[in-house]
Amino acid sequence: MNIRVTKRADMPKKQEYIVRIIAVLLSIVFAGLILLAFGLNPIKIFVTIIKGSIGSKIRLQQTVIRCIPLLITSLGIMVAFKMKFWNIGAEGQITMGALGATWVALHLPETLPAPVMLGAMMLAAVLCGGFWAFIPAIFKAKMGTNETIFTLMMNYIAIKFVTYLQYGPWMDPNAGGFPRIAKFPQNAVLPSLFGANIGWVFGLIFVVLVFFFMNYTKKGYEIAVIGESVETARYAGMNIGRIIIVATFISGGLCGIVGMIQASAIEKTLTSTIAAGYGFTAIIPAWLSRLNAVSNLFICIAFAMLIQGGNYLQVSIGVSSAVASIVQGVILFFVLGSEFFLQYKVSFGNKSGHSKEVA
Amino acid sequence: MQRQIAIEMRNITKSFGDKKANENVNLQVYAGEVHALLGENGAGKTTLMNMLSGIYTPDEGEIYINGEKVVFHSPADSIKLGIGMIHQHFKLIDVMTAKENVIIGQKTSFFTKGKALSQEIKTLSDKYGLDIDPDKKVYEMSVGEKQTLEIIKVLYRGAKILILDEPTAVLTPQEIQKLFKVINNMKAQGCAIVIITHKLNEVMEISDRVTVLRKGQSVETVITKESSIPSLIESMVGKKMNLAITREKVQKGLPILKLDGVTVKNADGKEMLSNASFDLSRYEILGVAGVANSGQKELCEVIAGLVKADKGRIYFEDENIVGKTPRDIIKLGIRMGFIPEDRLGMGLVGGMDIVHNIVLKDYQNQPGILLRRGPCIEKAKKIVDALDILTPSINTPVKKLSGGNIQKVLLGREIDSAPKVLITAYPVRGLDIGASHKIYDLLNEQKKAGVGVLFVGEDLDVLMELCDRIMVLCHGEITGIVDPEKVTKEDIGLLMTGQKIGEEAAV
Repeated sequence: MNIRVTKRADMPKKQEYIVRIIAVLLSIVFAGLILLAFGLNPIKIFVTIIKGSIGSKIRLQQTVIRCIPLLITSLGIMVAFKMKFWNIGAEGQITMGALGATWVALHLPETLPAPVMLGAMMLAAVLCGGFWAFIPAIFKAKMGTNETIFTLMMNYIAIKFVTYLQYGPWMDPNAGGFPRIAKFPQNAVLPSLFGANIGWVFGLIFVVLVFFFMNYTKKGYEIAVIGESVETARYAGMNIGRIIIVATFISGGLCGIVGMIQASAIEKTLTSTIAAGYGFTAIIPAWLSRLNAVSNLFICIAFAMLIQGGNYLQVSIGVSSAVASIVQGVILFFVLGSEFFLQYKVSFGNKSGHSKEVA
Repeated sequence: MQRQIAIEMRNITKSFGDKKANENVNLQVYAGEVHALLGENGAGKTTLMNMLSGIYTPDEGEIYINGEKVVFHSPADSIKLGIGMIHQHFKLIDVMTAKENVIIGQKTSFFTKGKALSQEIKTLSDKYGLDIDPDKKVYEMSVGEKQTLEIIKVLYRGAKILILDEPTAVLTPQEIQKLFKVINNMKAQGCAIVIITHKLNEVMEISDRVTVLRKGQSVETVITKESSIPSLIESMVGKKMNLAITREKVQKGLPILKLDGVTVKNADGKEMLSNASFDLSRYEILGVAGVANSGQKELCEVIAGLVKADKGRIYFEDENIVGKTPRDIIKLGIRMGFIPEDRLGMGLVGGMDIVHNIVLKDYQNQPGILLRRGPCIEKAKKIVDALDILTPSINTPVKKLSGGNIQKVLLGREIDSAPKVLITAYPVRGLDIGASHKIYDLLNEQKKAGVGVLFVGEDLDVLMELCDRIMVLCHGEITGIVDPEKVTKEDIGLLMTGQKIGEEAAV
């Protein structure tokens, strides 16, 4: 018996969707089996996850709050990914954005009207987050360095730098020796709308803006061309270096805004863990949405539900939130695994030369 | 006389997805025979041979080798039975010597016996009239030598059945003659040789019999001597075709592009184009001949501003364009359609549709930051109609089109922008006969419209028929610019290897 893997010529759209739906269904079945193996009732767990994420107004608000950083970060990542610039430095860009916003919040007068203050914070966040992405971009554009490693390393620099500030020059003298940075004044805290911080409105606006940018502007078009073929872009006379820099600045800038939102609305200060892993998690919805801003919105909502539902599991029925992570992992495994079957065909043949093909 | 049948393939069918690459194909090759496999691109020649060499497994049908039914699970099975394939792209390791390349992947003892091996290779080469130095490193070899080495590699493994996939594509006329001599020697030794090609002259010259494939099916097998080029074309294309390429007679115009001592170095500092000086006039097609990688790419790119000239000047309408950005050069009216080996690598964006590929050259002249597709949709429709591009719609990603249609999209776009100089490199590479002629017609139309066309080609017959002048490159140097009416193919072949010919032919 031998197994052969061959590349698929092409698959009709309809079949593609069927494969994806099967993958999601299978993932739920398998997640259920794993839960059973742990001695848990899968139906109950799934119901609890859903109840925990949208079951009441407060839980829904919590889900939205978790969705905001995920959504905006993945939008940012998307812009760079479209260009095949593998920006996995969102974590650092979020942290630097938060740092910029914090500096503004703590240095501008408390008497400033909130909109002015928040606007200045956001601008600072965009500049800092964008700058953090700009550094690897300029090295890539001018010297052809590998952006994956570069952006990853920049994460640690940003986080350690904030730790240094937290323990050193920015330590709040009124905290009684506790290593933390001062709380933001009231005019530097993002207001809420319908119970969740106003970041969700920004998120929705950014979905529209990013979608529009990627599909209807020249720059978006140039980014897509570079992503497909640098040679073609060069041949068309594009200024590749500049486009790389602009796109990564936008990417980093959006991540920076996430830092501002998290610092201003959630923590009301700056901490070294402000990014809380969103920079990495957001890669997944960006990828699953196939770099489409609108589908990304829905995927981020589903992800936020899983995260929030997982936390609820812990409080309500005392099951570790790791269970939700397992469910999340299994879904990812299947959905990403289905990509393989969309592109390749696996056939099992035996020695007599007959071969049977499967999906 | 009963001859031994070396290969028999019966009713072979192979599909990729919905597409049938081979359908009920039959092929019979005798031992001691040169059998040509003829067909247009996409006719299924390579698929068929890949099944014979164990790379693919047929969906249906049977393969018999020397009368015995076989099933290949991998290329190793096929090699064991004495089948050797020489691919179009060489599979050699540059930093190793010839003999090291020969024994790669062979189950030999841990230590290689250098001298014995050299002796073996020597015996083998003498037997077939091959000429090779076993201790020469591959990177020091010419294309012809590399091919010889590939042949020795498969012979060393005991191959009695050889498959050559387009072996002449990269050779000079002289090297082709050498290769044919070797093929004839192998034939005399009782080998069965299958040669895949679409060059009809070569089929007539070397083969004993021809099997023609069309759209995945075997159309007929004929004895070469009893056949003729027109009848082979007819069964290949499915209809009668006029294959003459016309050279439009027009009054040559004034020079529009002039290169003066242009030198281009690669990243390692090696001169890829040395001191090139020539001019291109309006109303002219200037052909560029040369074996692969003789500086053609650098020549095209330096004119388009994509690589820097290390020395020299390039005048476009009396203005030196060295140092200008590609965008500025596009604005001046210099257009380039360079078709690299993977076709989509440069010039088109495979994942985008025809409209967005036309946008590529258009959007920079649009004002504002928004992308305007409207005018490009109109243009896309116009180009699809004018060039008979076969596509489900103008919104189909171009990588899903066939090679010929992809090239038409590329050329269509470049021509649509009303260029003054058109640089095309290998525009018919991989195209079928019909599509190639469509492209030649397009180039002739451009010439008649006053465009200066630089045509980098690989088929000397075509260059001689189509071009007004032919410039020959060898190792980055221009070895001559000749009038195709005054020289022979062999003369150009000599220039391609760097030898000068008599002055009288030069223009």
